Amino acid sequence: MTDLLRVEDLRVSFSTRHGMVAALHGIGFALKAGETLGIVGESGSGKSVTSLAVMRLLDRAGRIASGRIVFQGRDITRAKHGDLRSLRGAAMSMIFQNPRSALNPIRTVEQQIVDVLRAHKPITLSAARAQALELLRAVLIRNPEQRLHAYPAELSGGMCQRVMIAMAMACEPALLIADEPTTGLDVTTQKAVMDLLAGITAQRGMAMILITHDLGLAARYCGEIAVMERGLMVEQGPTATLFQAPKHPYTQRLIAASPTRRSTLADLAQGEPVAPASVIQRPPGTGPLLDLRHVLKVFTGDVRAVDDVSFSLPPGGSLGLVGESGSGKSTLSRLICRLIDLDGGDIIFQGESISAIPANDFHRSPRRRDVQIVFQDPHDSLNPRFTAFDCIAHPLRRLEKMRDGAALTTRVHEAASRAGLPMDLLERYPHQLSGGQKARVGIARAIAPRPRLLVLDEPTAALDVSIQAVILQLLDRLRKEDDLAMLFVSHDLNVVRMLCDDLVVLQHGKVVEAGPSAAVFENPQSGYTRSLLDAIPHFDPHATAPLLQVAEG
Amino acid sequence: MSVLSGIARRVGRRLLSSIPALLGVVVVTFVLMRVLPGDPAVFFASGPSAGKEEIEQIRHQMGLDRPIPIQLARYLADVATGNLGHSLTTGQPVTQDMERRLPASLELTFTALVIALLLSVPLGVAAALRPGSPVDHAVRMLCTLGVCVPTFVSGLLLIYVFYYLLGWAPDPTARLDIFASTPPDITGFYLVDFAMTGDWSGWWAAFTQLLLPAISMALFVLAPLARMTRASMLAVLGSDFIRTAQSVGLSRRRVVITYALRNALLPVLTITGIVFSTMLGANVLVEKVFSWPGVASYALDALLASDYAPVQAFVLLMATIFVLVNVLIDVLYGIADPRVSIE
Repeated sequence: MTDLLRVEDLRVSFSTRHGMVAALHGIGFALKAGETLGIVGESGSGKSVTSLAVMRLLDRAGRIASGRIVFQGRDITRAKHGDLRSLRGAAMSMIFQNPRSALNPIRTVEQQIVDVLRAHKPITLSAARAQALELLRAVLIRNPEQRLHAYPAELSGGMCQRVMIAMAMACEPALLIADEPTTGLDVTTQKAVMDLLAGITAQRGMAMILITHDLGLAARYCGEIAVMERGLMVEQGPTATLFQAPKHPYTQRLIAASPTRRSTLADLAQGEPVAPASVIQRPPGTGPLLDLRHVLKVFTGDVRAVDDVSFSLPPGGSLGLVGESGSGKSTLSRLICRLIDLDGGDIIFQGESISAIPANDFHRSPRRRDVQIVFQDPHDSLNPRFTAFDCIAHPLRRLEKMRDGAALTTRVHEAASRAGLPMDLLERYPHQLSGGQKARVGIARAIAPRPRLLVLDEPTAALDVSIQAVILQLLDRLRKEDDLAMLFVSHDLNVVRMLCDDLVVLQHGKVVEAGPSAAVFENPQSGYTRSLLDAIPHFDPHATAPLLQVAEG
Repeated sequence: MSVLSGIARRVGRRLLSSIPALLGVVVVTFVLMRVLPGDPAVFFASGPSAGKEEIEQIRHQMGLDRPIPIQLARYLADVATGNLGHSLTTGQPVTQDMERRLPASLELTFTALVIALLLSVPLGVAAALRPGSPVDHAVRMLCTLGVCVPTFVSGLLLIYVFYYLLGWAPDPTARLDIFASTPPDITGFYLVDFAMTGDWSGWWAAFTQLLLPAISMALFVLAPLARMTRASMLAVLGSDFIRTAQSVGLSRRRVVITYALRNALLPVLTITGIVFSTMLGANVLVEKVFSWPGVASYALDALLASDYAPVQAFVLLMATIFVLVNVLIDVLYGIADPRVSIE
């Protein structure tokens, strides 16, 4: 059988202000009809550029410097736009990350699907409409008749991605490229969307290239894996072989850093010192640091975002708040940080109720410095006009009224060194730092005023796995050294399991399950927790076998 | 149905909330007119030799000898009943003068706006499709020229070339040739009135008369509209859903017009509202150059003569039109962008 797609020695470069920058240094791979290839790698590895180059969708600055892209026996490396137009959508199509912005906001779902159909087939409007409805049924959208007339803004992210899939497969292309199709979606939605994609491609004999940073996802849905690092394909092979016996050191590192069902923090980062410098021994029998009693938050429209939630956290303890988007976990963390007011219940911090202080005045309370936050996006949560030093010094200036001088510098240096941030980076601005370094600045800023409780809102969600592993270890060490309690808000159950002693699972604002992490993972009591756990993709090579059989059969 | 009632509710809310602003405009203009130097009584007295007594008498007749708060209260009561006072220059009630002159201004401004949009949107799109190309630079230069050359200069240039040199345009005075018969007064818009009576030669005469002043007005607002179209088009062309449209193989026409342009026009719509309101009041120069019997030149004459009533009425009229145009733009925006009506 001949190859459906063959990429040979592909080199792509981008023209930037600093001249031409090469993004791909000569990569090659081949794909037969009906095969599934996973391209994995961390940010900047060139996996998205590869997919855009194959579709010939590189933006103005990007250029294919050399190499060949052969699709269905035709060299399309230099094909004209008119020829590409008849290929795109009809023979090869693409699904993008961030489905909401990938759809035209002012056209209905029906109009957009009809546009695709009529661009490639000479069919009447009514026939195209009927087919659009069929496609929505095929991607398992509930109430498809009504959804046809919806605008993207009226649909959830998962729903938008299904519409995108419907558009991509409308003309039954031979190749489907999915670029991080489920990043940003909940685990259960991710599973549903990926199962749908795998089912559709298998059913119709379409080949798929799945681009992802999530090794588990690639392992579960792809027959072949290609690992990319800095514009090169470092390793390539069948999924089972690649994961069982990775040859390239980068692949080995990547696999080691990815959390699995059984991994521990020590497994993730090899060669890094794990043991805390000193572990504080706590006298037994102290009361809880944080105690929530029947906390209630109602938003307009009588939506109970947080509904009668109670739990407690001991000093130096760690608790994970887990749930899907809309479960109320972020609202709850904001209530605990006292950024918003409660509508009922009580929050006791160090034996003292803090729920009576209005959120607008909490910054004046002495408790403010005791509760600090690490935000999700390490980039957006740093002031772009502040150097790293100023970012870390900011809470000290505001909360401890420290003036510039030796004392402030000492405190900033102390926080930075504890967060593992090299001192020579302190004078840099956020845009001059890498993702991992910015995450460290965020952590250093939070621990600078020496808080008792750290609230972490998805602190590693935007980071690559290898950096995530290091940051998780850092957090664990800080907790043990400082007796610092941590409340960890996350959708990533594997991460929560490794980092947290206890776990609270939220659904629709209510606690559906709570208990020690290990116990909940071993033996989940509620169906919801079980569905969350089942939805996590993992790369136990043996577990992928059944699904692959479906795909091949 | 629910969409319509939603729009009606929003319009009602906007209109109600604009009442305080309009009231503020009325009061501020009123006070400003009183504190500005100039005494209408002196201006309208029989002559430079008029005695102190005569002036006092006129002041008394006009109610100018009373304290300002009382004058203001009386004025507000008049405005509330729809009485905007008399113009001392024309001797007519201001409402009547405005009724006669507003259609002239509106017709001119509408035509200018249509010309400006017909020119600026394609220019902006062309510039955005090839940023940095000669087309882009040419559009930028044209816009700069349009802004730099004052309207009275471009108006005079147009007259010089098309009337004096080429003789293509009719005599650039007023809305219609002095010897031609005016259309029956139905709407006050000559183009509409001629069309309704089927007098097409009259329509053509009015249209050619309208063209030069409208073009000189349009040139001035070309820049904001074209630049906005270009910027907005560039932003939309770089967005994810355009890449999606390309990835499914839609034709270039469809990508550029249906996908990009329709989204890019949303901010242009907002700017258009502002541009329209500004043009209506600020293009007094064009009205003067072309002897156009519009409201702006009327207000300017009144201002020079310290004739309070027309100036106050003019400012109130402009404020009202501004409010109405903005409400209209809001409604159009709500129809064009489904995200706004969802809320």
